[in-house]
Amino acid sequence: MEDAIVLSYAISGEDFTRAGEASSDVKKKLKQMGVSPEAVRKVAIAMYEGEINMVIHANGGEITVTITPEEICMVLDDVGPGIPDVDLAMQAGYSTAPDEIRSLGFGAGMGLPNMKKYTDSMEIDTRIGEGTKITMVVKI
Amino acid sequence: MTVRDAKNILGARVLAGEDLLDQEVRSACGSDMMSDVLAFSKDHSILLTGLCNPQVIRTAEMLDIVCLIFVRGKKPDDTLLEMARERGLVVLATGHRMFSACGMLYEAGLNGGAV
Ligand SMILES: Nc1ncnc2c1ncn2[C@@H]1O[C@H](COP(=O)(O)OP(=O)(O)O)[C@@H](O)[C@H]1O
Ligand SMILES: [Mg+2]
Repeated sequence: MEDAIVLSYAISGEDFTRAGEASSDVKKKLKQMGVSPEAVRKVAIAMYEGEINMVIHANGGEITVTITPEEICMVLDDVGPGIPDVDLAMQAGYSTAPDEIRSLGFGAGMGLPNMKKYTDSMEIDTRIGEGTKITMVVKI
Repeated sequence: MTVRDAKNILGARVLAGEDLLDQEVRSACGSDMMSDVLAFSKDHSILLTGLCNPQVIRTAEMLDIVCLIFVRGKKPDDTLLEMARERGLVVLATGHRMFSACGMLYEAGLNGGAV
């Protein structure tokens, strides 16, 4: 992993208006590195949905992005409530988001399905009351 | 058509990106749900929305949208417009409602993109 570039972000759970700043920064950096627009777009969408989830469902957390010549790996780690039923949460349209979040444009239950759709692999490691760790990989 | 054509068709005001109106646009999507836009948008160059918050700008950014159109007379504040300028995004505002604004652009040749 000599060629790996690692980017780390602390995600605040306090401020919905700032959710997405980390994804925005990653997108900018990948573009500057000359990563293909297709891969940049996949990473941007998947990470943005994940970052929004951390803010609205888990009170923030940490995101680490590792870039190698072969792939981009995103690890989203939070100490939120955990996901009781992952299969259910993965279903398109399933959401526990309050109406207040829906009025802000999110909470359509499309986040997790989107993250799966735009990545080459996605793993969810979640424990009730402890938190959720989502690992997503996009091949370059 | 170009962004300028879209602006003229809707009688829209330009709130950001005055110098970027000659870009070509082919397809558009309209929604107030950003997750839906992220799920279904492929190569859209225009996003019409009645939602007015920073996540609209970020969604447009993630999808490489060229032009954001606020419908129903929504007025984004200066912070939003500054964010848009930083990202090279054109922002238009029209008094038309979503359905009408989409219809006018569709009729003029913009499409909804691949399903
Ligand atoms: N990081 C997380 N921590 C706890 N619960 C989560 C997390 N991410 C997703 N969830 C749960 O999974 C559901 C589905 O997520 P998602 O598909 O992104 O839809 P939405 O965010 O629109 O509700 C959420 O409503 C929430 O209950
Ligand atoms: Mg979500």
